Amino acid sequence: MTFSSFAAQLLAIVVAVLGAPLLTGWVNQCRAWLQNRSAPPLLLPYRTLHKLFNKESIVADHATPLFRISPYIVFAALVLACGIIPSLSTDLLLAPAADAIALVGLFALARVFMSLAAMDIGTAFGTLGARREMLVGFLAEPALLMVLFNAALMTQATSLASIVETIANQEFAIYPSLAVAGVAFTMVSLAENARVPVDNPTTHLELTMIHEAMILEYSGRHLALMEWAASLKLFAYSCIGIAIFFPWGISEIDEPVGMLLALPVLVAKLALGGALLALIETLSAKMRIFRVPEFLAGAFLLAVIGMLVHFLLGA
Amino acid sequence: MTAPTDWLAIDWILASVAALLAVGAAGIARPHSFFLIARVLFPLGAALNALIAVVAVVALTVALNSGPEVAVLPLGLPGLPFHLRLDPLSAFFLFLLGGAGAGISIFASGYFRKGEGTAPGLLCLEYHLFVASMAMVMLADDAYVFMVMWELMALSSFFLVTANHTIPDIRRAGYLYLLVAHVGAIAILLAFGVLQANTGDYTFANMRVQELSPFWASVAFLLALFGFGAKAGIVPLHIWLPEAHPAAPSPVSALMSGVMLKTAIYGMLRIGFEVLQLQLWWWGVLALVIGLVTALFGVVFSAIQSDMKRLLAYSSIENIGLLLVAMGLAWLFSAYGMSSLAALALTAALYHALNHAYFKSLLFLCTGAVLHGTGERSLGKLGGLLRFMPWVGWMALAGALAAAGLPPLNGFVSEWLLLQSFLFTLGLPGTFVNMLVPVVAAGVALVAALGGYVMVKFYGVIFLGQPREPNLARSHDAGRWERFGLAWLALPCLLLGLFPAHVIALIDPVTRVLVGEGAGPSVAANGWVFLAPFAPDRASYSPLLFLLLVIASYALTFVGVRRLYHGRMRNAPPWDCGYPLLNARMQDTAEGFGQPIRQVFEPFFRIERHLPSPFDRQPYYELRASDHFWHWFYLPIARIVEHTSRLVGFLQQGRIATYLLYSFVTLLVMLVLVFR
Repeated sequence: MTFSSFAAQLLAIVVAVLGAPLLTGWVNQCRAWLQNRSAPPLLLPYRTLHKLFNKESIVADHATPLFRISPYIVFAALVLACGIIPSLSTDLLLAPAADAIALVGLFALARVFMSLAAMDIGTAFGTLGARREMLVGFLAEPALLMVLFNAALMTQATSLASIVETIANQEFAIYPSLAVAGVAFTMVSLAENARVPVDNPTTHLELTMIHEAMILEYSGRHLALMEWAASLKLFAYSCIGIAIFFPWGISEIDEPVGMLLALPVLVAKLALGGALLALIETLSAKMRIFRVPEFLAGAFLLAVIGMLVHFLLGA
Repeated sequence: MTAPTDWLAIDWILASVAALLAVGAAGIARPHSFFLIARVLFPLGAALNALIAVVAVVALTVALNSGPEVAVLPLGLPGLPFHLRLDPLSAFFLFLLGGAGAGISIFASGYFRKGEGTAPGLLCLEYHLFVASMAMVMLADDAYVFMVMWELMALSSFFLVTANHTIPDIRRAGYLYLLVAHVGAIAILLAFGVLQANTGDYTFANMRVQELSPFWASVAFLLALFGFGAKAGIVPLHIWLPEAHPAAPSPVSALMSGVMLKTAIYGMLRIGFEVLQLQLWWWGVLALVIGLVTALFGVVFSAIQSDMKRLLAYSSIENIGLLLVAMGLAWLFSAYGMSSLAALALTAALYHALNHAYFKSLLFLCTGAVLHGTGERSLGKLGGLLRFMPWVGWMALAGALAAAGLPPLNGFVSEWLLLQSFLFTLGLPGTFVNMLVPVVAAGVALVAALGGYVMVKFYGVIFLGQPREPNLARSHDAGRWERFGLAWLALPCLLLGLFPAHVIALIDPVTRVLVGEGAGPSVAANGWVFLAPFAPDRASYSPLLFLLLVIASYALTFVGVRRLYHGRMRNAPPWDCGYPLLNARMQDTAEGFGQPIRQVFEPFFRIERHLPSPFDRQPYYELRASDHFWHWFYLPIARIVEHTSRLVGFLQQGRIATYLLYSFVTLLVMLVLVFR
């Protein structure tokens, strides 16, 4: 463990934690443009976080400690997730701590704590949100795992760093299994980040909420952490997508200098990805909740088909 | 008599088993003495269990390096003594039994108060007989002692299940259990019959040297799969499990789910890998398919249950399915001679067996504590218990997170290993098998995620939210003994998750016995902090680092928020979007939480609905989701049996003249046959 690798790892985490709200702001801005609304400021998410952190936290009378520790656990889990996803460099200090399967486990940990916290107060909307989140989760989680398995089969490794390195260095071609997995991954990310065909992050109608319903009872710093965690999750998913499907330009050493060179590339890719996400959200309509399992089962099956294609064609 | 210092590991275990029997027998000496039974005998039993676990660990790490230990007890029939043998496979399962059994016994010291309908002394005898017979099953080295102990295990557990025998449903559950157990036992006996290959020698030593043709080996395998599958609860032989496990008192449910199901896994491993010398690829495919069906079936049914113990019982079916999948993979690899991959799959199976023993026992004991604290077992009448029973609540959280397969607890490690062994299967000969493996892997991932759903439902509905009944606010936390028992089981859920390399070092000698190779050295080569069964740059996971990082970023966030801003907090009534009325009945019920699963997996259930009509005087809505197998498999069999016995009934006219006529006709037919 050298100083430079430590600095590089720290840089990756800091970029993720500080940059995540920016990505959220960018997506909201694009969405507003596409929908002919006047756009909110790019830095609005930061201001919201600042405002929330300044406010007093109001906790329901009969809340258990679980309610108060959950925002920290969720936030910590997603920070760790951003730390192990190769966004700037494939040579991360923390990479051996968790591979692709453990990454999915990390997302599951965050989801379970969020759902448990939502059930803690015992309101109708909280439990409803928890139930729906778990409904989305039980299909999205294996689908994400299968997408990662597609990449893992290609590279014979589940370590994210090795996967990205191998894909970045192989000759440019369209690999059928990865192409199918890419479609599946897009569908999963929409669902996991509470985006439009599945959930609406800006909805005000409680009955249609999934993610928002779970955090209704939170306020002040707890809400800020939950919101920040949601941004981190969007950032993490975007980085997974970029790292697996468009890894070119990533730094393969743990030098902070190399990573600083990779940063503009990452920002450009994220900007493009964010705009694309806004486009998808604008073009699609929200589904009924019981169409969601079909949508996600589609993603899951696509990912499995990707694996079968890999076995059939060997690519 | 040799001095104890000269004793072999097997002697220590036999002495502990004998002491367990003595403890049990002491219980009936004074069957109503609460002090003797709860404060002396059960803790003594726990100590003996712990001793068995310690001896088993010593045996695995040191004592068995020079080969298995054997003992011949001059018990049994003339010329047919008890052959016993302690090899790493037995030692591993004894470790599982002793470790989990000790925690359950400590809990039981505080739990059995009024005796659950049977005198405490009698329960004490049955309980220790049950534990001792399970230990002997794992030591058995001939079919005779194996079957005797297997039956003893079934009978003692039958009496434990029916401890509360005044309730008709419990008697019915016990009967079903006994029936399936015996159908299974017949199959196991037949499997031994095939394995001894007409030599008349029923020792396992003889069976190992028999070279069976693939046909007879397959017959033996299928019989063993059926017989042990009936005990383990694989689909379609699972029918007794969700009835019998909830019926038993909670420590017994814990023992049955956590440990007894593993004796069936032990039997499958013993026969399928160690006694049978050849493995065929289609055995693996069969086990993969049955295992996946079992796991999916178990988890889907678990999600819709509204009785907390039934929910856990179905979740046990799920875990047995996952174990069978891992074993199927091992059979597949073993048949193709890929022994290092087979060792990895078996490591996953054994690891998961150990994990399941701890977290499922823990969860069952928590339901016991909830049952004692509230007198309620229906999820629809619980809620908010974390506030009233904090000790049980937090322990149950550990168990639920482990069962949901979340890092860094133990359930995740075995799932990780299982998925790893799926991933690196490239190069299996045969396209069909190659295509099947990823599909099963996808199924396993789905089951694991659904397991999370089930555990959120289990924990959230019981321990979180508001109490659904007013009297829950008076519920009391578990007693001192019970808390200690829960902590005994909860701690390994964390430790087994944090130190996988050490656990794999324990499993290594076992897989060496079964498939000739172990995952130990390659794991040890990468250090104990990182779990990397292959090269570390291919796949690695470090639970300890993982936990430390989560804790570190938790602490940094916590301190950071307080430093940069403030830590002010105020309590207020729940907001609930400003709706003024908020009461406990507005929360999701258990049925409500399971409803999405019921809708998504509708074909799995046989659903009977009663919808109210507008003209009903007393409208009601009813929905029953039951098991297809019961209606399409078991009920027809029961009908056929009844019909046949009615036919036979025609012979029974009840008049002596008729019976004399039968004898006469029989005699005539015999004479005709002889003098023809």
